[in-house]
Amino acid sequence: MAINWYKYSSPAAFYPLAGRLIPWFGWSAALLTAIGLVVGLGIAPTDFQQGEAYRIIFIHVPAAWMSMFLYLVMAFWGAMALGFNTRLSAMMAQSIAPTGALMTFIALWTGSLWGRPTWGTYWAWDARMTSELILLFLYLGVIALRNAIDDPRRADRACAVLSLVGAINVPIIYYSVKWWNTLHQGSSVSLTAAPKMAAIMLTGMLIMSVAAWFYSIAVSLYRVRAIIVERERDAAWVNALPEVRAT
Amino acid sequence: MHATGTEAVGVSASASEAVDRAAAGDAGGAILPAIRWSLVRDLRIALRSRAELGVQLLFYVIVVTLFPLATTPERNLLLTMGPGVLWVAALLASLLSLPRLFAGDYADGTLEQIALSPHPLPALVAGKILAHWLTTGLPVVVLAPLLGLQYGMPGDALLVLTVALLLGTPILSLLGAIGAALTLGLRAGGSLLALLVLPLYIPVLIFGAGSVDMWRAGLAVAGNFSLLGAGLLLAIVGAPFAAASAVRIAMD
Repeated sequence: MAINWYKYSSPAAFYPLAGRLIPWFGWSAALLTAIGLVVGLGIAPTDFQQGEAYRIIFIHVPAAWMSMFLYLVMAFWGAMALGFNTRLSAMMAQSIAPTGALMTFIALWTGSLWGRPTWGTYWAWDARMTSELILLFLYLGVIALRNAIDDPRRADRACAVLSLVGAINVPIIYYSVKWWNTLHQGSSVSLTAAPKMAAIMLTGMLIMSVAAWFYSIAVSLYRVRAIIVERERDAAWVNALPEVRAT
Repeated sequence: MHATGTEAVGVSASASEAVDRAAAGDAGGAILPAIRWSLVRDLRIALRSRAELGVQLLFYVIVVTLFPLATTPERNLLLTMGPGVLWVAALLASLLSLPRLFAGDYADGTLEQIALSPHPLPALVAGKILAHWLTTGLPVVVLAPLLGLQYGMPGDALLVLTVALLLGTPILSLLGAIGAALTLGLRAGGSLLALLVLPLYIPVLIFGAGSVDMWRAGLAVAGNFSLLGAGLLLAIVGAPFAAASAVRIAMD
């Protein structure tokens, strides 16, 4: 049986689908977070070099992965919105941006909390930290541009262009910062030579990563439903929704 | 500002002339004439408001002058900071001049006429960007060796700095054009433009300012120049198209 994917490019068709998907992703994320935290905080052994401080990686690494991944997803939906001129793609891009910014912020915050006991400083001009900070600026730029434009259709396309230009720049920024870092700092702080990780630690981290991923999907879908209702408020089907009629 | 106001009428007339000429000629060969037309036009407008250009250049000089006053006139420190300060000031000067690129034409409706012309819009935008660099980027490059002397930089370092700026400042104009077009007519235009554009400038800053550091460390600077050149080529190929689509988005 062939599924007509185009059907779900219509906000009216996607709205109920998103509503059905949210509990699945939301509860899976909650369950996986619980398992991941038990594995990470309870079962995984103490690191012989870093002590208990290393346990922040169970939050930090998934957040950092998500921050980069979500930017690409946002740029992808932006490209779809530009290429096919579909409203829903742009709404998806809009709904992903705050979650991406949140993940970037969490990655920076937990990173500096980890850096204090390990490196003895909250902030080092390490290549990864610096490019993560720039990524946060890119997210905030997209969100600010969205807020500055009153016409949602113009905002959709402007944000799509900006996130695409940003996506091309992200690897360039990463390598330029990395190169700058090696020129100026030598190898006083080295993250790249990571010690071999115990299998149980890796398991906990992967579980938490999937949890972060499912959380991002659930929250983005929840937000996109709100965006759909807000922007399609003049459509008959929105006004016929029970949750809209109740208010 | 009133100079551009009177200019706009004449410009619209000559724009429609150009449109007629393009309709008469073949569309395929219209790219270079389109670049030349908008280049000449923007240069003419810029040269009629020379005072404004001078003020932007003075901004660059003043920012560079502030740093020794804020820190110390100690020679070694200035030598270390110098290239970075000159580059940051160049970034800020470029940022400050970006609204000129489209805002005036947007306000008096000329940009709409330009977008409607049968000439390829990316070519017209490319001409505007080139004019912007010639009037704001190139003066910064020319002035840089003089300001570098204030920081006690030796001759070879000045040469490295100038070549790096020569390769890097066009990238600033090209990337900045995208941001300038995206923020056309928005309330928080200026500060929003800074938020959009400055993160994109970072690689140029790193490779540009880094080239003088490389030279000071006794390393070859050819790698940095190559990277800046590669970035310039990438920006020349991509930025006019992105800026043109941003202009079209703003026109809707």
